[in-house]
Amino acid sequence: MKKTRIDTRFAELKEKGRPALVTFVMAGDPDYQTSLDIISGLPAAGADLIEVGMPFSDPMADGPAIQKAGQRALANGQTLKKTLKLVGEFRKVDKTTPIVLMGYYNPIYNMGVEVFIKKAKSVGVDGLIIVDLPPEADDELCLPAMEADISFIRLTTPTTDDKRLPTVLNNTSGFVYYVSITGITGAAAPDPKKVAASVAHIKAKTDLPVAVGFGVRTAEQAEAIGRGADGVVVGSAIVSVLEASLNKKGEATAKTVKNVLKLVKELAKGVAKAGS
Amino acid sequence: MNKPATPNSFRTGPDENGHFGIFGGRYVAETLMPNILELEQAYKDAKADPEFAAELAHLNKHYTGRPSPLYFAERMTEHLGGAKIYFKRDELNHTGSHKINNCLGQILLAKRMGKKRIIAETGAGQHGVASATVAARFGFPCVVYMGKTDVERQSPNVFRMKLLGADIVPVTAGAGTLKDAMNEALRDWVTNVEDTYYLIGTAAGPHPYPELVRDFQSVIGNETREQLMEAEGRAPDMLVAAVGGGSNAIGLFHPFLDDKDVQIVGVEAGGLGLKGKEHCASLTAGRPGVLHGNRTYLLQDDDGQIFEGHSISAGLDYPGIGPEHSYLKETGRVEYVPIMDNEALEAFQLLCRIEGIIPALEPSHALAEVVKRAPKMGKDQIIVMNLCGRGDKDVFTVGKALGFNL
Repeated sequence: MKKTRIDTRFAELKEKGRPALVTFVMAGDPDYQTSLDIISGLPAAGADLIEVGMPFSDPMADGPAIQKAGQRALANGQTLKKTLKLVGEFRKVDKTTPIVLMGYYNPIYNMGVEVFIKKAKSVGVDGLIIVDLPPEADDELCLPAMEADISFIRLTTPTTDDKRLPTVLNNTSGFVYYVSITGITGAAAPDPKKVAASVAHIKAKTDLPVAVGFGVRTAEQAEAIGRGADGVVVGSAIVSVLEASLNKKGEATAKTVKNVLKLVKELAKGVAKAGS
Repeated sequence: MNKPATPNSFRTGPDENGHFGIFGGRYVAETLMPNILELEQAYKDAKADPEFAAELAHLNKHYTGRPSPLYFAERMTEHLGGAKIYFKRDELNHTGSHKINNCLGQILLAKRMGKKRIIAETGAGQHGVASATVAARFGFPCVVYMGKTDVERQSPNVFRMKLLGADIVPVTAGAGTLKDAMNEALRDWVTNVEDTYYLIGTAAGPHPYPELVRDFQSVIGNETREQLMEAEGRAPDMLVAAVGGGSNAIGLFHPFLDDKDVQIVGVEAGGLGLKGKEHCASLTAGRPGVLHGNRTYLLQDDDGQIFEGHSISAGLDYPGIGPEHSYLKETGRVEYVPIMDNEALEAFQLLCRIEGIIPALEPSHALAEVVKRAPKMGKDQIIVMNLCGRGDKDVFTVGKALGFNL
C-alpha cells in the first residue's frame, strides 16, 4: 500500500510528541448541510483525523447516542451516495486531514464493493472501519480497499487474546483502533492504566499507531488515555452535544455547529496536555 | 443472479467458514469473534459426544413430549378433496411450539461452555417462552429482548415469560419488532460477552447458529420420515412449512433435501401484499445483503437500509431469512411463496372448525398454501405440513382482526 494521509498525519504527530485527536461525526446528522459545516470546522477546532459515520438502520454495535444520530440522518434522507458526496465537498477545502468512513457492511455491499471503492477513492476517503467485517471476511472489502490504497482499520477489543491478535493485525493498515471496553459505543469510561497496558501489548506486535476509543467523553479523559496511546477517539460525547443543541423537532439550531466545535476544542487541549 | 449448478447433495452445508453457497458467514463485531469461534468448537465437541446426544434425546422425550404425532387430517383431506394431508404436530410440544427443540439443544451447549447467563430475542414470544423455560429448568438467569410493539400484541406470552422467571426488556428502537430485539440482544452480548450465552431462536445469525439450530430442529423431519414410513410405507410427495427466520421449515425440510421426488414449499408472510413495505417476504421480494451476522435475502431499500416488515403473525415479522433458505431458493431446491394476512386468517379459522385444532398464525400461513395445492393433487399423493405452533397466543390478535371485542 502507498502512504496515505493517515500515515502522514500520525508521523507528523509523532514528531510533535502528542497523540492524535480522532473525532467521530455521523454524516447527515441532523441534516446534510449541518454535518458538512461541522466536519469542515473540525480541523481548525483541533481534530487530527475525522471519522465520518455512514448511517445504517441496524447499528448492532452502537449505543443509544449514535443509534439516534443515524436515525436522524436517515430520516433526513442521508444515503451512502450523499455521504461520499459530503467527503468530496470537504476535500475541496481540506487536502490534508484524513477521513475515515465508519459503519456497517450492508449499504456498501448493496452499492457494490467495486463501485464504492472507486467513488471513495475519487472523493478522498483515506480509510474504512467496517464494524461487521472481521478478518475472516477480508476478501469482501478489506483486500480490494487496500489494493486501492485505502486503509482498512481494524478494531481490537479486550476479548482479542494473544491467539487472535495476529489474525486481527494481519491486513490492518492506517492504525489499530483499540476498543477499550467490551460493549457498545458510548458505554462506561475506560480505566487509563489498563488501557495503557493493553496498548503497549498491541504495540509490541505491530508498528502501526494505536488509537483508543469507546467511552472517552471529556478533555481530562482524553488526556489520561492519550498518555498511553497514539490517538484518542471521541464519538458518542460529540454526538450527544449535537443532540442536546437541537430544537424540539430535532432540527439544527444556531448552537449546533458552535457547541460541537467548542467540545472538540476542549478535547484538543486535553490531547495537547497528554503530549507535554 | 446466476443460478448455481445443482450440487450432488443439498445437505453438506455449511462449509468451514459457515457458508451455504454465497450465503451465511460470520459478519460480526470483533468483540464477538472469539465467542463465536468458541461456540463453534463447543458444538463440534458436543456433536462428537454420545452423552450430549443421549441427554438431549432424553429431554426431548420426557420434557418436551417427543416424538410429536404425525396426524392424518382426515376431515381436512376430505374438505380439500385432493392429496392426503398430514400434520406434524409440533404444536403439542411443551411450551406450544417447535422452539423448545432448539432451546434444549442450546441450553445444554451453554451448560457445557460454563456460561452463567442466557439472553434471547423474541418476536411472537414463542422463542422467549421456550428460552425462559429451559433457563428455569437448568437454573440460569435469563433476559429476553422483545420489541415494544410485540410486547403489546403478545401480552400472554410476556406474562408466561415472567412466570418462568425471565426479565423482559422491551426494545423501543426502530419499529419495536423482532429485528430490533435482535439488535439489542447483540448489544447485550457484545457488552457481556464473557459469561453470557446468546440463545438465538431461529436458523439465522452468524455461523455456527444456522447450522446448530437446523440440527436441533431436524428432529422434526427425522421423526416425520419414520412416522410416515410406518403409516404409509413411503416418503411424502410434498412438504410445506412457514418461514419467518426459517427454523421450523429447515427442521422439516433438511432430512428430505436429497429425496429428489419430494417437492418442498416454504411459505413466507405476504402481509398486506408485496407491492409496498407491509410484508415479510424476503425471499420473494428481497435481495441479498448482510445483516445480523450473515449474508442472506433481506428486505431493503435502494441504499441498503433494512425495512421493518409487516405480518399479522409476530413470529414471521422479520425482514431476513436463515441463510440456508437463501441457498435453497437460489439452487431451486425449495420453492418459496407468499401468503397474505387475510389468507392466513381464513386458514386459521378453517382448521379450528374442521379439525378442532387452533393453530398459531405462523403455520396458518403454511395451511393456506396447502389449501391452494391439495385440491390440484391426486388422492394418492401425500402432503406433510408442519403445524409448528398452537394458537392460544394469537387468540387476541385474531379476535381483533375479525372484529371481536375480547
